[in-house]
Amino acid sequence: MTRSDGRGLRATVLAVVLAGLVLPIAAGLWHTVAAAFGHLPAIGKTEWSLEPWRQFLALPGAWTSVKLTLWTGLASTALSLLVAVGAATWCYGRLGPRAIGRLIAPFLAVPHAALAIGLAFVIAPSGWIARSVSPWATGWSVPPDLAIVHDPLGLSLILGLMVKEVPFLLLVMLAAMSQVPAAAQMRACRALGYGRSQVWLLIVFPQVYVQIRLAVYVVLSFALSVVDVGLVLGPSNPPVLAVALTRWFLAPDTKLILPASAAAIAQALIVLFAILIWRRGEVAVAHLGRAWICRGTRSQTWTWSSSAAAVSAGCCLALGMLALIALALWSVTWRWSFPAALPEMFSVGAWLRPGSGWGRAALNTAVIGVLATGLATVLAVAWLEGEDRAGLPRARWAEGLIYLPLIVPQVAFLYGLQVAFVWAGIAGGVAAVIWAQTLFVFPYVMLALSRSWRALDQRLVSSAAALGAGPIRRLLAIKLPILLRPLLTAAAVGFAVSVAQYLPTLFMGAGRVPTLTTEAVTLSSGSDRRVTAVYATLQSALPFLVYSAALAVPAWAFRNRRGLTGDPA
Amino acid sequence: MNALELIDISITPPGATAPLFPPVTLTIPAGEVLAVMGPSGVGKSTLIDFVGGHLGAGFRASGRVVLDGRDVTQLVPERRGIGILFQDPMLFPHLSVGENLAFGLTRRVARRSERRARVEAALARAGLDGLYDRDPATLSGGQRARAALMRSLLAEPGALLLDEPFAGLDGETRRDFRSFVFAHVKEHVIPVLMVTHDADDAEAAGTRQVVLRHE
Amino acid sequence: MRLPVLFAMLLASAFPLRAETWDEIVSAARGQTVYWNAWGGDERTNDFIRWASERLEADYGVTIQQVKLTDTAEAVTRVIAEKAAGQDEGGSVDMIWINGANFLSMKEQGLLHGPFVEILPNAKYLDLSPGSAATVDFTVPVEGYESPWRLAKYVLIYDNARVDQPPMSMAELLEWSKANPGRFTHPVVDNFMGSTFLKQALIELVPDRDVLQMPASEADFDAVTAPLWSWYDELRPTLWRDGETFPENASVQEQMLNDGVVDISMAFDPASAAAAIEKGLLPETARAYALDGGTIGNISFVAIPYNAAHREGAMVVANFLLDPATQAHAQDISVLGSFSVLDPTKLSGSEKEAFAALPTSPALPTLEELGPTLIEPHPSWMTKIAESWAKRYTQ
Repeated sequence: MTRSDGRGLRATVLAVVLAGLVLPIAAGLWHTVAAAFGHLPAIGKTEWSLEPWRQFLALPGAWTSVKLTLWTGLASTALSLLVAVGAATWCYGRLGPRAIGRLIAPFLAVPHAALAIGLAFVIAPSGWIARSVSPWATGWSVPPDLAIVHDPLGLSLILGLMVKEVPFLLLVMLAAMSQVPAAAQMRACRALGYGRSQVWLLIVFPQVYVQIRLAVYVVLSFALSVVDVGLVLGPSNPPVLAVALTRWFLAPDTKLILPASAAAIAQALIVLFAILIWRRGEVAVAHLGRAWICRGTRSQTWTWSSSAAAVSAGCCLALGMLALIALALWSVTWRWSFPAALPEMFSVGAWLRPGSGWGRAALNTAVIGVLATGLATVLAVAWLEGEDRAGLPRARWAEGLIYLPLIVPQVAFLYGLQVAFVWAGIAGGVAAVIWAQTLFVFPYVMLALSRSWRALDQRLVSSAAALGAGPIRRLLAIKLPILLRPLLTAAAVGFAVSVAQYLPTLFMGAGRVPTLTTEAVTLSSGSDRRVTAVYATLQSALPFLVYSAALAVPAWAFRNRRGLTGDPA
Repeated sequence: MNALELIDISITPPGATAPLFPPVTLTIPAGEVLAVMGPSGVGKSTLIDFVGGHLGAGFRASGRVVLDGRDVTQLVPERRGIGILFQDPMLFPHLSVGENLAFGLTRRVARRSERRARVEAALARAGLDGLYDRDPATLSGGQRARAALMRSLLAEPGALLLDEPFAGLDGETRRDFRSFVFAHVKEHVIPVLMVTHDADDAEAAGTRQVVLRHE
Repeated sequence: MRLPVLFAMLLASAFPLRAETWDEIVSAARGQTVYWNAWGGDERTNDFIRWASERLEADYGVTIQQVKLTDTAEAVTRVIAEKAAGQDEGGSVDMIWINGANFLSMKEQGLLHGPFVEILPNAKYLDLSPGSAATVDFTVPVEGYESPWRLAKYVLIYDNARVDQPPMSMAELLEWSKANPGRFTHPVVDNFMGSTFLKQALIELVPDRDVLQMPASEADFDAVTAPLWSWYDELRPTLWRDGETFPENASVQEQMLNDGVVDISMAFDPASAAAAIEKGLLPETARAYALDGGTIGNISFVAIPYNAAHREGAMVVANFLLDPATQAHAQDISVLGSFSVLDPTKLSGSEKEAFAALPTSPALPTLEELGPTLIEPHPSWMTKIAESWAKRYTQ
């Protein structure tokens, strides 16, 4: 009886996911593909042809954009992983996962765009670092003409992505560590004469990597197709492909929509191609690693490289911290000219005028965030509960569908999705934005929640059943309270993801739904750094507050429950 | 005739082709403890799960479970009226000790004051006087085990399943808890199916033993 | 009794009546919220739009919701997407701040509502004689499909604490930049400010300016632009970051001037320096100036998409923007500082006084200092110049 209930629930959830998440993406992709092959009746194009592709490749800088995209995407992901692995090696045995978690949680909450805006100010030739050492150390009375930020090689973009991805990968790795009997393996291998870093890299890491692979692909796909960070930090002439094609979509010449669609499909293919390259890399690295293991060399020198990586990770964290402080500082500045190390005049003027726009943007952000997160969390709980009740094993194919929005680049289907939404008569409103954001919030909530959910001791649930508690009472009185902490953490992750959404909000809101992120990115191409800083500060503060609440509420609610103060399950 | 009957039970785990053990048929009269022994991996806990209705995904099972003459094989666990105790006491970590017991207490006791009195009485019988509001995580191993048993009995089950209930305890605590359990099940006059790999536990039960072997 | 009223309201919203006379338009507009899609990178403009919304709500019961764009083309794309989906009624864009190429593109594809300008009562203050500035947008005939709202004129901005004698022509600019390498740049040419810079240079460098009023396809593009490219080839290596990277728009360049990254910035608004000083965005010593022989100027317009949901409200807004009091408010340097689009000869005495009473600033050039206004080339020049610039200088 329960089994069939569970099947029903699961079928319902699956139907919701299919109709609400997968179909729109498919429809969006379809419209984009059609436009990429010349079919866009809106501008009078109905003939199928390869012309858009020829036009795309003939656009000035198209090839450079493609190469830049691959370079910045692969390099930032590889470097982030390298630094994160090295730092994890160094941290192992020195800092507990919870200490590290506390250290880096703020960075997970802060949206990419806010960090990028703050970072641009810190590292630019006219930035905070240059200001604090000028003119006494450098002799600069005006900023030097150095290619930092918007540099043609995209190094600033790579750095900007690393500041955000290193902490993310570090945290994912630490979570995966708990699934590996690392301590025992460490003892066994050290007894064989291997150094700590060596054991970590050669024995523990390969087991961890298998578990974090999906996260790495998500990072890779994101780095290859990010628009907001690319706009703020990336090369400008030409920019990376995602930025270029967003510009083409929005160019005055509407005929550019066709080559832009071709570029959007190319963007998706690039992600696919990069993942294939990455897999090749995985095989090659695994091969090298095995050869190393077989040689049996005992080495202590790796300790140095892991220390170097830890220092790099520390630098990333420090830069990120500086970026956030710089934002807060700029938001209360009146004038701050080069090379003053600190503002010459302060003013809280920008903060005193919520009516100037940030009040509404903050409210929109909060409302959309809460609703999209609520929707995604309910859906995730329904999905996992359906799985439990049906007593069915996890369906990998269904899970694959959930993570689709994280792997397929947003630009590849958002334009088509916009057309589909308009066609369905729901474009340009808060509801469309909430829906579109849920596409991206749901997978992250699932990622954050499912491990803890599945790790819940089933005997607790069986005990409750044996005491006569039915499925609803088991869910409400046992599972949800015990899982309160991971549930709220997952919701906080979802909220942070929602706050950070740029393209979906822009496209689906028809620009009518200003959020902190869309406004901050728009304003970052304006002249008033102080106003931008207000938006970016709020944009960072909001998810951070939610994170803090997600930690504080269970800590307070379970202050007298020692069994629940630690990490769940 | 308050008895727990297991009729021709055979269980095949996921992915396997052969059942774990030859078909089992047993009758446990009320007030009796039947000890099921056998090597690890033979499926003792799986048998318990089947009887309680907790069998995981992918298991294929045949046979019938009859309690008090009622076939409960197709019923969901919460409708069977069969309590279960695991090796770990499985007290709900978010509830106080008293709330754990109240969760178990049958709904037939409806009045709030009466429910509270029943829970307090059960706590007293388990030597847990005054610990209603305590965090279960702060109890000793023996206290937790006794609380778990009281919680199961407050649900007024028609039978009780014990899945290695003493394995987590040592020495004197173990002996104390063992006699505490047997004393209580005798008093409640219900059939008890106990799974163990320890001959001492089976001896202490002082009743029939059945040994499961691989097929 | 309430039901029939409700039903009538539903009917009215389902089948909006096509208002004809101005009074009908004003009454149909009451209660509407006009989604004005306007570039949002300028806080002063945003503030002005908010002010306009408050005034309109008080006087007409119409409110404006500004849809802040990073690029005007976003709104064009949205209208196209709606047309693609067959949404010919109740579109999400009610009004667009539009110019030149975007206007040409929408007009050609029949995406605009109109002609509507002559219905506006305040159109009487405009000089609508053939060939006048308000009837031509980048040489494209307006034909009543867009209504003027602010005047723009190209100026350069420098910090006179760092630069004593700013270059007064494009030829001088080249010499100045050679002498001060890395201290000048211009916005990317995709951006209208960047292309305006090149157009200004083209007008100064081309022997015969009349050819620029024809579509570029009818002229020998390579021959006409040859002096421009040879000048630019010399200029580019002396630019900030060797001319490899450019600021995204004029606002970014203004920030660079403020940071001291470059010494000269540019704007399409003579009052922008004065206003930026007032907001703490430029040092007190910043000055705006026009080049010898004059600079390009044009009028900014608002247009209404063919499927706008609140077209009556949008027309009321367009009319309000043409009100002499509104134009005087906009010309105040503490507000927008954009010069009036109205024909001074058509204003009454008291209406003129409102303009005379406006405050001044050392950073604000007078009308005489601004010199003559040069006419925009045909928009096809801008498109072709941007294309060939991209081909030449984008790897």
